[in-house]
Order: sequence, then structure tokens, then C-alpha cells
Amino acid sequence: MSARHATLAVALGILVCVPLFTPPYFMHLLIQILLWGFVYTAWSMMGRFGFVSLGHGAFMGVGAYIPALLWNYYAVTPWIGIPLGVALSVLLALVIGYPCFRLKVVGHYFALVTLALSQVVMLSIVAARDVTGGSLGFTPNAVGFSWYALQFPDKRYFYAISLALWLGGLAVWRMIDRGIGREALEAISEDEDAAAAIGINVMREKLRVTVISAALTALGGAIFGQYLMYLNPETVSGIAVSLQIVFAAIVGGMYAMLGPTIGAFLTISLNEGLRVAFATNFIGAANTIYGVLLILCIIFMPRGIVGVVGRVRLRRPPAKAVPAE
Amino acid sequence: MDIYLLEAIINGILLGGVLALLALGLNLIFGVIDVVWIAYADLVMCGMYAIYWLYAELGWPLPLACLVAIAGVAGLGVLVHLMIIAPILGSAPINQLLATGGLLFFLQSFATLLFGTDFRNIGVRLPVIELGDIYISYARLLAFAVALIGAVALYVFLRRTFVGTAIRAIAQDRDIVGLMGVDQRRIYLVTSAIGGALAGLAACLLALQYDVHPFIGNTFGPLIFMICVLGGLGDMIGGFIAAFVISQIIAIGGYYTNTELSYVLAFTFFIVLMFVRPRGIFAR
Amino acid sequence: MLSLAAVNAGYGSFQALFDVSLDVPQGEAVGVIGPNGAGKTTLMRVISGLVPLTSGTMTFDGRPVGGLQAHHMVREGIAHVPENRRLFPRLTVEDNLRIGAYIPQARARFAAELERVYALFPRLKDRREQLAGTLSGGEQQMCAIGRALMSRPKLLLMDEPSAGLAPLVVEQVFELVQRIRAEGLTVLIVEQNVAQVLAVVDRAYLLEVGSIKLKGTSAELRGNDFIRRSYMGL
Repeated sequence: MSARHATLAVALGILVCVPLFTPPYFMHLLIQILLWGFVYTAWSMMGRFGFVSLGHGAFMGVGAYIPALLWNYYAVTPWIGIPLGVALSVLLALVIGYPCFRLKVVGHYFALVTLALSQVVMLSIVAARDVTGGSLGFTPNAVGFSWYALQFPDKRYFYAISLALWLGGLAVWRMIDRGIGREALEAISEDEDAAAAIGINVMREKLRVTVISAALTALGGAIFGQYLMYLNPETVSGIAVSLQIVFAAIVGGMYAMLGPTIGAFLTISLNEGLRVAFATNFIGAANTIYGVLLILCIIFMPRGIVGVVGRVRLRRPPAKAVPAE
Repeated sequence: MDIYLLEAIINGILLGGVLALLALGLNLIFGVIDVVWIAYADLVMCGMYAIYWLYAELGWPLPLACLVAIAGVAGLGVLVHLMIIAPILGSAPINQLLATGGLLFFLQSFATLLFGTDFRNIGVRLPVIELGDIYISYARLLAFAVALIGAVALYVFLRRTFVGTAIRAIAQDRDIVGLMGVDQRRIYLVTSAIGGALAGLAACLLALQYDVHPFIGNTFGPLIFMICVLGGLGDMIGGFIAAFVISQIIAIGGYYTNTELSYVLAFTFFIVLMFVRPRGIFAR
Repeated sequence: MLSLAAVNAGYGSFQALFDVSLDVPQGEAVGVIGPNGAGKTTLMRVISGLVPLTSGTMTFDGRPVGGLQAHHMVREGIAHVPENRRLFPRLTVEDNLRIGAYIPQARARFAAELERVYALFPRLKDRREQLAGTLSGGEQQMCAIGRALMSRPKLLLMDEPSAGLAPLVVEQVFELVQRIRAEGLTVLIVEQNVAQVLAVVDRAYLLEVGSIKLKGTSAELRGNDFIRRSYMGL
């Protein structure tokens, strides 16, 4: 067993044993870090190839609300409700993605279309307030400890679920990173027409990564709903969430596997730290600092913190275009 | 025709005025500098807070507060360009979009820090005009008129002045404007200032009608982006028309259903149209 | 009037000009000929300030202008008619001319200069409200030259004025160059059409692969065997 494997095993061991000696408060933070890390990682599967979506809040919202609504109104177990929510998110991703990719809606246009999408979902949730509770939020019916309802008052269960999800997300990330898909997607992001010319099925590759990203994000949203036992359109969908996802992934570094997770760690720690230090005295201080950090990050560290600290192989910038004469 | 439908249509037109003004500003900046200021609506928010603070807290006369707010947001626009956009002009365009996203975060949080999350109103009560059975808010009418004047002023500036012509030229070919003696950097700053001033003007008009709170930008920001993309990013006339199209959808939709659903309709209309005409409805 | 001494320039790691020295005396017309890729356009861009020189000196009217950016060069009195015209396609003819007069000293005399340019190019006056992108090739070239003249330059740089134009139109363009010269303007022309340009200029330089290979009066070059064989097909 190499040194690297040994380190990983130890780290994993520690993570698994965490519930044994952690007070609920820190457990709560860890669960958030793991879940958000999972969602940010899912986003970065698209983002790292230049497909910057500002609409992942849509997938999260759909993934969170569908199982909760089905549970409250039709007593459908989340074991069925969650897959349905994920399926609906995937459908949404396809409905938006296919025409977008077909018609070469990229860059700014793609970002703004996806932003509109997240707004549609959020506004729909609010508009259907008779069903969803609108801006006041929605509370899934609590039944105490239940595998059937996927509800566990004991945080350790959700810790295990979040950990599994997070590791799963990293595994998927790695699969994309190691597979042919990655080279194809990098080629596509560099020059779509050239990629098509050498036989890459641009549409299939783009749709595949979009669907994966959307499905995992929806799953994250669903588990969030189950864990917090409270949904609010502003916190699981809409432009704010979408931007939050993008920013954390960028600050942490979306080109490395652990980057988005580090982004989650940083933002949640920062938020908590400031909240503890200042209580309600400086509401907004955390995000203000966060906003400044993000701007500085994009200007000085476009590959995120991981890119600076870790040994990331940087691509050489393309040669400057020389005029014909 | 149902009188209330007519009222909705008229209100839609009036609403479109301010949206059109903001669309012009955003399109101007995009057309010239090739950046989408995601935080544009939040600049408006800053302007609204400025007016609130100067007028409602410090007691300044309203017209003065408005002028200072316009100048202030214009200055803010210049700062945005100098500190956020200019350093990364060379990198991928999406980076610039995201950097202004960071600004959005910053402005919203900073406003929360300064003013809290309460809704604030400047407390100006303007009369409501009665035309038969139709009620039209004077504030909204005034906003529409001023917005239109602002748009015309912008048009005249761009068509008739040297700097305005330079701005239009840079949008078409930025590499060789230097050969005519145009300082690219300076034009960018002027454009940013104008974009900011338009946002400041919109702030004055909106402050008359709505409460301000740190996240008000999230309500009409996405709407403005949608309008600009619909009209063709960078196309000033397209954006101007699209603003009224969208505001009509919202007004009429709101008449037949509720407010949120009307927005959903507008956004869905946008998404559908994006697939029919990806470059905007007026794409050449 | 214009002097380049041992100028080196390029794009990043790619060097395009090697130790280029040339002189353009006041009131004269000078040509630069050479094949594609020789660096002729780069030379123009260095002179007009679009491309910085990495070493060497450049003086204009006795003043050093080596590091100046394009928009400053125009104020010095150098106007550049770019390769392929590069008009602003969605601006009218008059707007294109207007932007040519952007610098303060030209703005003050805008109306007068506009009339002068229209007198020189009556066809432009007819089409003053037409979008520049819809003009014919020859008209575009005239508009581009007119735009450069609006800044009241002392030196006019013309990059491949005959490119993409029908032979008849090319003749008209060079007639124009004669007329501009007659008004006292100093001209530097980069051209592929060797026969035409040598008929118009007083002296010329041959630029090949970034270096000056030959120079002399136009008569000398017209008589030069190498030039005749390689560039004039004789």
C-alpha cells in the first residue's frame, strides 16, 4: 500500500468515526459542508469545461420540493419521491439543454438563459403558494425516526448519508476526469466546431455531463430538504442559490476534485465564524467579505484556492493570434 | 374592452419605460466593453438607498438627492470598471460576468450591513390620476416620461456627439479606433459612467414607486437580463422594444392570473423564444 | 519627416521586423513593397502605434515617437488607412468621417474638413447617410482614406490600398494618391501591386521576411532586375 493510499485510508477512517466524538453542533456544520460540497462538486462537473450555468438553483429546488410535496400530500415515501424529483430535474435539464446546445447558445447567453430558468422555478414555487406555501416555506410532515420517511432526528444518520453522497460525488467527478469524456469536453470547450469535425458527438457529451450535474444537484437538494425538514424557495432555488453555488465552486477551485468542497468549507466556516463572533450585530458581514473575496479570487486566482496551493497542472495559454502580414 | 384590461395595458407601458432605460444601460456597456454587469440591478439598489438616505434621513431636497444619486451611481460605475473589469479584460468573458456576480454579493450584503433587511420607503406620496374608470399612478407616469426623456437624450448623445460616435464605433471595431485618436480606455470609463448614470436615473424613478431593500435587485435584475438577451445583447433598439414586450406580458398576465405567474409567463416566453431565435428576436 | 532606425518589433515571441531602417522625407511619397507575410502591415502598425517596437528608434518631425500609443500618434499628425479599410460598418459614411475628426485639433475644424473631403470624393457626399458596410469596395476605400484625412495629418499611411479592388478602381485610387500628394501631404504606401505603386512614389523599400532588402528611387527599382523578375513578372 503506497503512502498516498495510506493517507487516504486514514482520512476516510477519521471521517467515518467522526460521529463518535462530535457534538451535534459541529455535526450540523459538517453535514452542511458535505452536502453543499456535494452540490458544488456536481456543478463544477459542468463549470470546469466552460459550461457556466447560473441556474442550478432550479435543479436543487425541484429536487427538494417534489419529494416533500409528494410526502405531505400523497404520503409517497421519499424513496420514490426523490428519484421522481431527480427525474424531473433531469427532464428540465434536457428540455433546456438540448435546444441550447443545438442552437449554440453558449457563454453569456447560456448563463443568462439558465439564470432565467432558476427564476422560473423559484417564481413557480412561489406562485403555487396554495400548494407549496410560497415564500413562507414548506415543512414536510415529521414522523420522528423512520426509514420509510427518510427522517432521522439523530444527526448521525444524516452524517452518514451526507458522507456517502459526498464520496459518491467525488467518485463521479473522478470518473469524468479520468474518462475519455474529459478530453472530449475539453476539446468542445475550446472549439466546438473543431471537436465536431474530428468526430466528437458534441451534443451527446454536453447533454451527458449536464444531466449528471443536474441529477446530482437535485439529489443534494432532496437530502437537504429531508435533513432540514424545512424548504424555502429562496434558499433552495432562485438566483441567490445559483450564484452561491457558482461562487463557492470558483473560490475553492473548480478544476480540482476537492476544490468545490474546500469552497463549501470556507464559506460555511466563514459564515459560522462571523455569526458566532458578532451574533446579529453585523448581519451581512459574512457575505460582504465573501463577495470581496470572490472578486479578488476571480482577478488574482481564477483557478481558485486549490489552484494556488495545490500542484495543479496549468494549461499553457493559447498563443496570441498573429495577423496575416 | 374590459376597462381593467386597458388599465393593465397602460400600466404595462408605463412599467416598460424604466425597464427600457435599464436595458439601454446594460446593452450600452455590453455593446462597448463586452461585459454583462450581473450586478447592474444592484447599482440601482445603491442609488435608491442613496436617495433614501439623503432625502428621508438627512432631509435634503428631493431633486438634489436625486442628482447626487445619479452622479454617485455614475461614479460607482466607473469604479466597477476600474477595479473589477479592467484588471480582467483579457481573460475569458465569463470571468468578467462572474466577477460582477461577486460584486452583486458584495453590494447586497454591504447594504444589509448598513441598512438591515427592512423595507424602506422614501415616503413620497404622489397622487393617483383618474381617467374615467382608470386609475394611473402619477409616480408611474412621471417615471415613464423621465425614462423616455433619458432614452432620447442618450440617443442624441450617441448619434450627434463625437464621444457618442466613438462609443458606437468601438462597439463595432475596437482595435482600430485608436487610429482615429480615440483612447479606448477612456471611452470604456465614459461608457461605464453613462451606464451608471442611467442606473442612477432609474433608481430615482423607482424610489418614487417602490420600497427599497437590499435584495430588490433580485426582483428586476433577471428581468433586465432577459430583456436584453431577447432584444439581442448589445442591441440598444432591440432591448428598448423588448422591454415593452416583456412588460406587456407581465401586465396582461398579471391581469388574468397573479403577479408571480405573470413573471413565470414572461420568463417562459423568454426561454421559448431563446430557442426560436437564439440571437434575439431582432437578430440580423 | 519620418525616420525609423534599427526597429525590431513583433507579437509576443514572434518577431516580425528585424532592424528596419527607413526614411520618409517631407512632401514625398514612399512605397514599401514585398511579398505576403513580409511584415509590411506590421511595419504600418508599428508606425501608427498599434504595435509597440521592442527596440530601435522612431522620430517624426524631429521628435521621438517610439513608445507612443496609436491615439497619441494621431495627434502627432500620422494617420493610418488600415488594411482592408476597416470602416465601421454600421455607422454612416458621415459618421465614419466624423470619427476621423475625433482629435481636438480636427474637431474644431470638422465642418471645413468635411467639405474638403466631400470635394475630393463627391461620391461620398452623395452617400453620406448610407451605412458604410453597404458601400462598394472602391467607395469604401475612398471613405477610409477620407476618414484618415479628417484628422488633418501630416503623414498618411496607406496599407494595401489596392487590395480586393477591380483594376479600374485601383487606378482611381492611385490617381487619388497623386491628388493628395499634390496638396502637400507626405505619403507612405505599402503595396503588393508593385507596378502601380512604383508609378506613384518617389522612392521605395523592398521588405522581405521582416528586413529591408533593397531601397532606392522608384526609377532605380523599376530598372532593378530582381524586382522586375520577382515582382513585376518581367
